[in-house]
Amino acid sequence: MPINYYIFLSLALFAIGIVGVLTRRNAIIIFMCIELMLNAVNLLLVAFSKMHHLQLSGSNAVAGSEGQLFVFFIMVVAAAEVSVGLAIIVMLYRNVHSVDVNFLNRLKH
Amino acid sequence: MNIVQILFWFLSVVALFGALMVISSKSPVHSVLWLIVTFFSISGHYILLNAQFLAIVNIIVYAGAIMVLFLFVIMLMNLNKETEPRKNRWLKMAGAVAGGALLLVLVAALKDSDLKQQEALVKTGNIGLIEELGKQLFSTYVVPFEISSILFLSAMVGAVVIGKKD
Repeated sequence: MPINYYIFLSLALFAIGIVGVLTRRNAIIIFMCIELMLNAVNLLLVAFSKMHHLQLSGSNAVAGSEGQLFVFFIMVVAAAEVSVGLAIIVMLYRNVHSVDVNFLNRLKH
Repeated sequence: MNIVQILFWFLSVVALFGALMVISSKSPVHSVLWLIVTFFSISGHYILLNAQFLAIVNIIVYAGAIMVLFLFVIMLMNLNKETEPRKNRWLKMAGAVAGGALLLVLVAALKDSDLKQQEALVKTGNIGLIEELGKQLFSTYVVPFEISSILFLSAMVGAVVIGKKD
């Protein structure tokens, strides 16, 4: 497949994630949109790694595998991030009985 | 139009539709379920690119573990359509315009790039198999791999410390 199809698909998924972060007020949905953006980047990294492999596979048999390992490490970091982030949201709900991010504006005072 | 192209367009449409439903559905539980649909279609893209290891890890870690965690938290807080906070219409419109403008700028910047002649290798190529990635992971990338285990340990301790009642 031509690489620009993958670029535009990832861009569309990333932009949908950004629109979700900007338009929703539920903290959990905002968090899910961040996961969506991470996945869009992962898809683009895998597509680029296969592009790189097609170009350089003559000289180096494992060319492009770095991209897929990078995706693996992004997934590892995302899993750790989700566990801590959801713990923070649960703590927030326990204190203010809401997951509305507009209640968090006391941080600016 | 061969089978790869048909599968590519089908999975792309499913992914984009699922992503749009994530941000537009009123109930958080429906958002989680649509996000799982999106993750499955992205896993389908990985299989199409012959990145089998990442496809399985994506299903197990994202659709299996992370989304179940989200679902648990949503059901623990008893969130539903009635408790969902609303933004006013102008703020929603401003957010959509801002995201659409970003998409427009990026598409316009990349539309005429010289990447157009490049191809991504589909269906073949063995760099995405567990054998090759495992060899790389335990030789060249063994230090980041071990450090990520420390990251997981600290994340676990952090989640317990934040979440416990004081």
